[in-house]
Amino acid sequence: MSSVPKLNKPQPRWLVFGLLALGLALLPFLVDAGLGRSWVRLLDLALLYVMLALGLNIVVGYAGLLDLGYVAFYALGAYVYAWLASPHFGLHLPFWAILPLGAALAGLFGVLLGTPTLRLRGDYLAIVTLGFGEIIRIFMNNLNAPVNLTNGPQGINLIDPVRLGEFSLSQPHALFGYTFTGVHLTYYLFLLLVLAVIFISMRLEDSRIGRAWVAIREDEIAAAATGINTRNLKLLAFAMGATFGGLAGGLFASFQGFISPESFNLMESIMILCMIVLGGMGHIPGVIFGAVVLTLLPEALRYTGDWQRTLFGQIYIDPADLRMLLFGVALVAVMLYRPAGMIPSARRRQEFADAKG
Amino acid sequence: MDIFLQQLINGLVLGSVYALVALGYTMVYGILELINFAHGEITMMGAMVSLAVIGALALAAPGLPGVLILGAGLAVAIPVCMALGLLIERVAYRPLRHAPRLAPLITAIGVSIILQNIAMLIWGKQYIPFPAILPQGRHEILGASISDTQIAILVLAVLIMLTLILVVQKTRLGRAMRATAQSRQVASLMGVDVNRVIASTFVIGSALAAVAGVMVSAYYGLAHYYMGFLLGLKAFSAAVLGGIGNLGGAMLGGLLLGLIESFGAGYIGDLTGGFLGSHYQDVFAFFVLIAVLVFRPSGLLGARVVERA
Amino acid sequence: MTGHTLGWVVVAAALVAGCGDKPQQNGDNQVVLIGQVSPLTGPQAHLGKDNENGARLALDEINAAGLTLGGKKVVLELKSEDDAADPKTATTVAQKLVDEGVIGVIGHLNSGATIPASKIYSDNAIPQISPSATAVAYTASGFKTAYRVMTNDAQQGSVLGNYAVTKLGAKKIAIIDDRTAYGQGLADEVEKAAKAAGGEVVAREYTSDRSTDFMAILTSIKGKAPDLVFFGGMDPQAAPMIKQMKQLGMQAKFLGGDGAQTPKLIELAGADAEGALASNPGLPLDAMPGGSAFKAKFEAKYGKIQNYSPYAYDAMHVMIDAMKRADSSDPAKYLAELPKTDYQGVTGRIRFDARGDITGGAVTLYQVKDGKWQTLETVQSGK
Repeated sequence: MSSVPKLNKPQPRWLVFGLLALGLALLPFLVDAGLGRSWVRLLDLALLYVMLALGLNIVVGYAGLLDLGYVAFYALGAYVYAWLASPHFGLHLPFWAILPLGAALAGLFGVLLGTPTLRLRGDYLAIVTLGFGEIIRIFMNNLNAPVNLTNGPQGINLIDPVRLGEFSLSQPHALFGYTFTGVHLTYYLFLLLVLAVIFISMRLEDSRIGRAWVAIREDEIAAAATGINTRNLKLLAFAMGATFGGLAGGLFASFQGFISPESFNLMESIMILCMIVLGGMGHIPGVIFGAVVLTLLPEALRYTGDWQRTLFGQIYIDPADLRMLLFGVALVAVMLYRPAGMIPSARRRQEFADAKG
Repeated sequence: MDIFLQQLINGLVLGSVYALVALGYTMVYGILELINFAHGEITMMGAMVSLAVIGALALAAPGLPGVLILGAGLAVAIPVCMALGLLIERVAYRPLRHAPRLAPLITAIGVSIILQNIAMLIWGKQYIPFPAILPQGRHEILGASISDTQIAILVLAVLIMLTLILVVQKTRLGRAMRATAQSRQVASLMGVDVNRVIASTFVIGSALAAVAGVMVSAYYGLAHYYMGFLLGLKAFSAAVLGGIGNLGGAMLGGLLLGLIESFGAGYIGDLTGGFLGSHYQDVFAFFVLIAVLVFRPSGLLGARVVERA
Repeated sequence: MTGHTLGWVVVAAALVAGCGDKPQQNGDNQVVLIGQVSPLTGPQAHLGKDNENGARLALDEINAAGLTLGGKKVVLELKSEDDAADPKTATTVAQKLVDEGVIGVIGHLNSGATIPASKIYSDNAIPQISPSATAVAYTASGFKTAYRVMTNDAQQGSVLGNYAVTKLGAKKIAIIDDRTAYGQGLADEVEKAAKAAGGEVVAREYTSDRSTDFMAILTSIKGKAPDLVFFGGMDPQAAPMIKQMKQLGMQAKFLGGDGAQTPKLIELAGADAEGALASNPGLPLDAMPGGSAFKAKFEAKYGKIQNYSPYAYDAMHVMIDAMKRADSSDPAKYLAELPKTDYQGVTGRIRFDARGDITGGAVTLYQVKDGKWQTLETVQSGK
């Protein structure tokens, strides 16, 4: 660690970060101009899924706990937001009060649901977490009686958008002579929170806690033998993951303005899991990549009709029918050619090379 | 009493279908430690293929006895599903045998989506009716009612399970399967062709799924390209409940899950004084599952093995 | 890391670039885009396709007849999208249609998808007519752009509950719903109306929109000996439910809503369907002027009507009718004409109240006799 070579190193690094920041800041405008506003909306959703995927990554990627009920925490965050900021109970609290509350409550539930599963491993853990996810969804779907908590399958409508004073994220605003629409502003809010989640994830990964999680993932018994408190650390992983899920849920509720239990089904949990496995488990860039690709891919595949027309001059298969088929093919193909994910961590790549040899 | 008996019959019939599908999950898991998520879709394919044959035959030769038509449907559906199982194993799972554990799970989900959409392209988005070719007899026992179809499902399921146990316990292939489940490496050193055994496991599991698919569509009178997902999920839960990897466990788990669902939906309202209704049927089923696993982390009949890392 | 994000978006941009259809001048004709959204994949895909076909038939007819607005010849083009009955996809698709410059939307099919999408159409001042969303909440949001051509759950449910007690003479009623926004909404209204009419609800059971096994809840219901079983849900559940009622030897009548009043129900339940009752909003198709002609045209082109295609067909006509009166395809202009709609469609006479609901919607009851849905009678909903 000599101090001399550092002199010229920071410059390119800052340049890269600066360009990246500029790129991210300009992205919604480029996308809006080039592809249309629906793609800006999709970017917002992609950021939301990045947040969810990073949260689940803590549980599955770092601590190695296969969780198939992650969507429950997402639902919880969404419902907390809806309860406190919609005509349902007539409450309209500001978002900066609700979001942390929803995230904290989801975290608490993470511990609560994590506790009975501590002894379980692998696929047994998967089915129990799946069960918890379904139980929460079923309660959300049915708690319109005897007391109307969730409004049942009808869902909760007219949820307040994120708003600061008179400044609402659902309306366009003119700033610096340019009109920012709701989806643009939402993008910046989500981006800010995603950056925070990335920062926390990175710090966790490099901390004692992160290394302890990896130890538990690789061999729980050995980890316990080295003095790691596996129970507390596993619960911490559940809590951290759930907190991010709850945060994303609150944002989802404010973004959509309407939530109902059908948004929080098992398929959603499976899709989030697909994102992290496809991208590269336990590796932040991989997880982000997976989340973005899997959010955008099914939408991009809507254009297969146009591709068919360009290539063959007519449409052979209805694009709607082809879309999910191609999505399935993509899932299989990626896993066959890159079983450790699109952007695996160095450690995983090494493990895979070892296993093969 | 008659209601209790009726719920018992309902639960047993439902449970034996779950058990047949659960066997497919548990056999593959026992040997590969892989959740074959696409198994539910193979059941769906079995139902769709057999219905296509049955529908065509019922139209072409209306005079034919129903059981014969059904047999023809099965005779086509079983080999098709076997081939499908073999193909899936070859293409989606074998190349990933040494990959990280979750990789084959994702290909399995991908294969499920592919199978669903292929079925949708072939047979359309419609629910397909099962033609009324089977005898619709109904028998009353102590105030409860049981139909010919239900009796046939119960008998067939028991016969198939007994045959399977015989195959696994008494034949060469069965011995090779058990050896492979114990240790793939040692088995191959002993001269077992591991690849062949694994392929056979998929083939047998798929054949069972085909039969289960035909049963389901005959029992409920319809088939649909989306029917495999929920059935697969339930059967998988049943396999875990019984102790995944254990044949007896899958049968027990399937029957238990059928009974839990039946009695749960039937009695939960009365038991809780109307506070919880049949909408909490699945909550009840999952709650039992979770309770069992918390106290017996390897399922009811699962062996308590120290997990290899 | 995020460099990849950027990279991927650029790739997506390259793929999609030039694919977007923008309104274009086609010779002297002005091309106008109209959106249609319904689930074209997933368990309800058959209903989604049916809606698309209904809308497309109307659009083709209007194009064939020629449409002139503001002195310009206008050619309509349908942009049909799949929302997979998913609320999140519904908002994405809604935004996509808005981007592509549609001037109106026929859809969506499910209430759960229609409600979140309606906010986006409202924000962009694009009129929306749903052929089949029946949840009360849809028009209760107060959006000026939200309309529907089908009676809502409250209207249909009150007719059904009242009819079960007063006309069918059911004193003891069992109610099952499938825990979807549609099924639960309808079942709750039926329960209210049945109680108000002096009926007793002896059992309230629940299932899901994926189930096919109802033996357990039906056995429990059988123990309470109701005169009638009402089911709020769709035909894929209603058909096996009817079969299983027969199998358990239940004598109770079966009554369903519009989700069950389909030819598919008879096809799926076979001989067991005989005697089953169900309602559908509006008047019977054959009784309507132009109804049987619609049926013939539709079936010649797309095969059997599944359920809501006549409503999608009417919704499209209502929208174009408003454009004709405004003599413009400008959403702001023809939106002002929509409340004044008085259109004779194949499903009935269509007029809207202040919320965008159909006024005085009639509900017709049908029964399966000799393997066919026969009309029993038409009741005015009075709401």
